[in-house]
Order: sequence, then structure tokens, then C-alpha cells
Amino acid sequence: MLTNRRLIAAHFWLAFIVFGVALVLGAWQMFVRSPLNAWHFNPEFYYRSVTAHGSAMGYVFPTLIAMGFGYAITEASLEKALIGRRWAWAGFFLVAVGAVVAMIPVSLGLASVLYTFYPPMVGNPFYYIGVVMVVVGSWIWVTLMVTNFTIWKRENPGKPVPLAMYANVAGSLLWGWTAVGAALEILFQILPVALGLKSKIDAGLARVFFSWTLHAIVYFWLIPTYIAYYTIFPRAIGGRLFSDAMARISFILFVVVAMPIGVHHLFADPQVGAGFKFMHSVFTGLVALPTLLTVFTICASAEIASRLRGGRGAFGWIGALPWSNPIMLATALSLVMLGFGGAGGLINMSYQLDAAVHNTQWITGHFHLIFGGAIVIMYFAIAYDLWPHLTGRALDSFGLMRTQLWLWFIGMIVTTFPWHYVGILGMPRRMAFYDYANPAISPQAFSVAMSAIGGFILLLSGLLFLLVLIRGQFGVRGEAGAYRFAVPLHMPARIPVALNSFGLWLALMVGLTVVNYGFPIAQLMALKETSVPAVYVGAGR
Amino acid sequence: MSDQPLFSPRNPWFGISVGVTAAIAVLSAIAGLIWLPLAQPNLKLAGVWDAICSAAGVPRAAVQEAGVKPDFKTSNVVMTSEMLTKVDQVSIGRGATLAQRCAICHGPQGVSDAHSPNLAGQFAAVTYKELNDFKTGARVSVVMGPFAAAMSDQDMKDVAAYYAYLPRVPSDNLDTGRAAPAVVVTGAPMRNIPPCGSCHGDIDNKAGSPWLGGQSAVYIKAQLEAFASGARRNDISQQMRNIARRMTPEEIDQVAHYYEAQP
Ligand code: HEM
Ligand SMILES: [Cu+2]
Repeated sequence: MLTNRRLIAAHFWLAFIVFGVALVLGAWQMFVRSPLNAWHFNPEFYYRSVTAHGSAMGYVFPTLIAMGFGYAITEASLEKALIGRRWAWAGFFLVAVGAVVAMIPVSLGLASVLYTFYPPMVGNPFYYIGVVMVVVGSWIWVTLMVTNFTIWKRENPGKPVPLAMYANVAGSLLWGWTAVGAALEILFQILPVALGLKSKIDAGLARVFFSWTLHAIVYFWLIPTYIAYYTIFPRAIGGRLFSDAMARISFILFVVVAMPIGVHHLFADPQVGAGFKFMHSVFTGLVALPTLLTVFTICASAEIASRLRGGRGAFGWIGALPWSNPIMLATALSLVMLGFGGAGGLINMSYQLDAAVHNTQWITGHFHLIFGGAIVIMYFAIAYDLWPHLTGRALDSFGLMRTQLWLWFIGMIVTTFPWHYVGILGMPRRMAFYDYANPAISPQAFSVAMSAIGGFILLLSGLLFLLVLIRGQFGVRGEAGAYRFAVPLHMPARIPVALNSFGLWLALMVGLTVVNYGFPIAQLMALKETSVPAVYVGAGR
Repeated sequence: MSDQPLFSPRNPWFGISVGVTAAIAVLSAIAGLIWLPLAQPNLKLAGVWDAICSAAGVPRAAVQEAGVKPDFKTSNVVMTSEMLTKVDQVSIGRGATLAQRCAICHGPQGVSDAHSPNLAGQFAAVTYKELNDFKTGARVSVVMGPFAAAMSDQDMKDVAAYYAYLPRVPSDNLDTGRAAPAVVVTGAPMRNIPPCGSCHGDIDNKAGSPWLGGQSAVYIKAQLEAFASGARRNDISQQMRNIARRMTPEEIDQVAHYYEAQP
């Protein structure tokens, strides 16, 4: 039963409104820097737009999805009302107000520092304060998830926590710890400079702190998607989850190894020693493990569903899957994009190959494919699945949903494949202007134009998605019943305590952080003369 | 289940997970901090401890080589973005008195009729830096050199503050409708020329870059040519020389007239 439907719906609606606005900016960025546009605008607008798009898509949108979905999971899986409803609303308003506070200076051109902050560039303090408010709002959610988890366990001694809730708490703990890096960077490095209390900044140390956040944040984005794979997908296609324990182990692996690997974002940075870069690479390799486990478990669960429906043969069962079901379609498309994106990721994580693609459009192509593609398409699926339970009305525009999902998939492939390719040709990212008339650059023109067209397909798909949700608000009334999660094939009555708690995993996560980050951070803090004068952006004209 | 101990050697999950994690951490540390650095002969490491320090990123003193000293003076001003941005009324007042002697060329209101640069409304840090460079000889001018030689550091700050305080006056050739040349808005990426506007205003303003709007076209052109030929070399780290050398004469002409027509 979902008790606090308005709370959950508010999170999803705000998330998708932010997404819609940022999507328009994204499509505009694609267009203006492509050869389809005759050059006639102020390049500063491009950086404003990228800052707004990146901050909205990276910080606000997925955070709201994780929060809203987390509340829904708490109520539906624990079968009781959320504890701390007022706090949840407070968190929501902090995120909402923080987003506005951050976006005002960005739209005024006072904080075009891009969502990765890029010290020694420093913008208007309100941009950073807004981001901090978003993070603090999400930390309220983290606290609530842990509280609800702990209280339920106390009330139900000996019972396994439902998988959806276990995974949800794993995501919230991971986020709680990983956001500390960026928070340290903003509070101790950037804000004092932005407020005029200091004029120098240790850009190297600041970047190390940011890397602390930067890798695991992508797993925080990913976790709602994985929860949907494990707990929505098998139920939606009428099957069962292949293995509950395997699912728990995947989420545990994310908690332990997703965070102490962020230095793979600093391969080209001089302030971290090569030995630590190597150690982070090794653990980066390990983080592929939970994804492999997941792909295996999900495919096995699909096979179970198909065989239950009468599918046969070594591959024949694939045809017997309920392909007209939007959740089936979304999951399949998501896994395809995850496969391509994962292959690209293997290239990024290898020190030598990374040197060839570092800071090129390959990188933007890569994270759009994984994040915008594989992850966000499951956010759509979650919304489609949950909507009737939030509105109390039927959501039955199935044809429209399938069209929307296909368009998102096609748009994402058309956008990101050429985007990767021009990256290999050497096109740098984060530039507003490319002179396609130049013989050295003109071979990239066609691919860039193609990916701009893909951007418009994505925009169209995004609008269709909002249309489906709006229609859902006006559909015929009908009680959707209790919201349920997939049931595992075998559910043991008792599971090992390690798979039902987080103490051990948190200890390993913090321990690995100390091992992998302790020395680089301590050394940079101890070294003198590592600060450089800040470069204020949007300063006096 | 809750009666099972978690952190205990009797719990196999505890032993195995901690053991495997620690083993991976130790092995990767040995490989990354000892084995791989020692396998690279070009690192010229003295031993295991040296390898660890090098791979951990401990800075080592760079080999001291005598750098090539330029045979001319370079600017010794250190620019920061907040330098001289605080308004000081007393300083402006003193500057107004000191600026009397500049008026003959730079105009009583800081606006020149003689192709000497207009100083009214110029950023204080910019005027201050130029005066300093004249004084040290980093920027050479038979006219300005003697004036600057007689000025104290405070004098230069005051004059700079005074001119920053005066309102900018547009030139007689003001034409705000004039289209900006490409090199101003986009630069020329293939020649490594960033947009002029990314430092000199319009797009952004960077520390030490003068405001160019309303400046005499003759003066702007003369300076760009001087940067290009190397006759003027007080720009820190060759910021302007590198750009001016790669500009075509037509571009120099275009930007000079464009900026003259700006407010
Ligand atoms: C219509 C669909 C989209 C288009 C056309 C688009 C386009 C772009 C473009 C052109 C950039 C700047 C890249 C650069 O300057 O190198 C960008 C950045 C970014 N995009 Fe998108 N985007 C789209 C959708 C999304 C989605 C769905 C997400 C995630 C949910 C997303 C997340 C981001 C992020 C985080 C950045 C930050 C880039 C940075 O600062 O490096 N985008 N996007
Ligand atoms: Cu990463």
C-alpha cells in the first residue's frame, strides 16, 4: 500500500519537469555546436546551458527519482506508512529550493563553471549553496531510509528485509558517503573563495575530492535502475526473480567498491601518484562484477518467465517473451545500451586507452549512452509501472509508451554512436565552437550533424513521455491494488545476517576509502604552495 | 538470523569478505607501488623505497637547470582577479591631483584626442600594471618611461584608481550596430587564437586584460603590430604576442576598428 502518494508523486513530477527543461537545453547544445547551425551566438550561452543541463541532469533529476522511488519502496515493501513524513517533505523542499537557488546565477551567466565545478574557476556562491542544499535534502532521505530500515528490522526480528528495501538502503548509504567528497570540496575549497574570504584555491586537492563523488554518483543514479531490473521486471512479465541472494550480493558489491575507485577520473592529472591510479584501476575492474551478475540474473529471470508462458528451445524462448509489455521492452533496450556503454567503459578504465579518449566527445557520448540511455529508460519504466498506484487511475496508452521507448532507444543510438566516433577523431568536449570549414575538422561535420538529429529524436521522445504521464493523470479511475515486487524463485526463510544488514559492508567501504584515498588526500593537504589564484567567471565587464 | 554474530571469526561472510578485500588491496598496492615502477627502467629508481615514494606521488625536487634568461626585462607584476578592485576614495582623490600631468596627452577627462590611449574607465589593475612595466622598463616608451620612473608604488595605485573612477566616454566613431569580426567572438581555433571577447569583455573579462571599447583604432593597431613584431613584450607569458603573431593584417585592422566603435 502506498500511503504518502502525494509525496512520491511530487518527487517524480518535479524530477520529470527538471528533466524536460534540461532536455531542451541538451538538444539546443547539440544543435548550436553542430554544422546545422550557422555560427551566430555568444559562446558564453553555451557554457551557461551546459552548466544548467549538467547540474539539472546530474544532480537534481536522478536524486529526485531515487528519493521518490525510495519512499515508494519503503511503503510498498515494508507494508507500512513511511516514518518521518514531515522530514521527507522538508527534504523535498530543500532540493526544490536548492535547484532554483543554483539555477539563478547560472542563468545570469555568473556561474558558468560546468557541473564538475572546474576549480580554479570560481562562480557566484549561490550556485554552490544551491547544490549543497540539494545534497543536504537528499541526506535527509538517506537518514529516513536508514531509520525506516532499522525500525522495521527491530519490529520483525528474524525476517529478511525485502530485497527492494535492502537495495534501496544500499543506494542511500552509498550516496550518503559518496556525496561527502563534493561536500568537502565545496565547503572547504570553493565556497571560501567564492565568498571572497580567500583568493587562492588548491585545485588539485579539490579535484581529488570531486573524484571521491564522481564515480559512485553514477552508481547512485544506476541503483533505481537495478532495483527495477530485479524487483519490477520479473513481476511485470509474469515471472520470478532467479536469485534473491545474487541480487543482494550485487548491491553489496556496489556499496563496497563503487566509491574507492574515483581516481580513474584523474588518470591525466599530475597530483595523484601512478601507484594510486593503478590501485583505483584494479578496483574499477572489480566493479564490473555486480553488473555481470545482474545481467546474468535478469536474463535468467526472463527465461523463467518465458518458459512459464510456454516458451521453448535454446533461443526460442526469447520470442515468447511479452514484448508488447512496456516494461519488457524498456528492460531489453536498457540492457542493449548497457552492453554498448559497458564496452566503452572498459576502454575508459584502461590507463593507456583512456589517454586517447580523455576529454574528447567520446566521454560525453559514453555517459549519455549509459546514463541518458540505459539508466533513464528504466526511470521511464519505473514511472509507467508506478503511475496507476500514485494517481489511482489507469495508465493504458501502451502504444504510445512503446513508441516513446523505441524513440528514446533509437534517438540515443543515433546521438551517441557518432558522438563516440568524433571523439576518436579527436573532437574535444566542452567547446562551443568548431570551425567545420577547416579541412582538419570537416570530416567530423557529418557525424556531429547526425548526433544533433538524434538529439531531436530524444527531445520528441521526452515530450511523448510527459504526454503519457499527463494523460495518466486524467485516465479512468480504478484501484490498482497493492504495489508488489517480484518474488524470487526460492525464498529461504532465513538468510545470512551479512545479507540482511550493512555494518560489515560499510566498514569495508570506509576502510577501502582510507586505503585508496587516505594518502593522496593527506599528502596534498600537507604540501605547501599547491594553491593557485582563483579565476572568477562572469566577473566585471 | 539476528542472533548470528556479524563481526566475528565464526561468521564465514566476515572472514571471506574482509580477507578477499584485504588481499586485493595488498596485491594491487604491491603491484602499483613496487613492481610496476621498478619495471620501468626510465624512472631510474634507487630502490624499493624510492619506487614507493615515486608511485605514491611524493614530489621530488626537479633537476636544477639554468634556465635561458631573456635578454630583455619582463613584467614583474603578479596579476590576480581581485587586484585593485576595491574602491578607495582617498586614493581616487590623490590620483586626481597626480593625473594633472597626464592630461596633456591622455585628456583632462581621461579621453585622448591624440591617439594616446583613453584611460577613463580603464580597470585599475591594468593601468597600474602598465605604469609598473614602464617603470621597470618591461614596456619601453620614451614618453612614458620618465613619468613612471618618478612615481612611487602608491602613486601608481592612486592614478590607476582615479582613471578607473572616471566614466568611459565612447569615441566619435561609436557604432554599436557594427557586426563583431569572427576573431572577436570565436577566435580562430585552428590557429590557436582564443576569442578576443573571452578576455577583453563581452564574453568574459580576465584579470589584467584592458577594456578596449572606444579605444583609438590607430593605437590598438599599433599595439597589435608591436606585439606581433616583438617590439612590445611586457605581456605576461606572451599572452598577447602569441595571439598577435598569428593574426592576419586584415584581422588586426578589423578588430581595431571594431573596438573603436564599441562603447
Ligand atoms: C536530448 C537529449 C540530450 C542531449 C541532446 C544532450 C546533449 C548534451 C550536450 C551537447 C552536452 C555538452 C557536452 C560537451 O560540451 O562536451 C551535454 C552534457 C551533459 N548531459 Fe546531456 N543531453 C541529453 C540528454 C541528457 C540526459 C538524458 C542526461 C542524463 C539524464 C544528460 C546528462 C548530461 C550531463 C550530466 C552533462 C554534463 C556534461 C559536462 O559538463 O561535461 N543529458 N548533454
Ligand atoms: Cu567513474
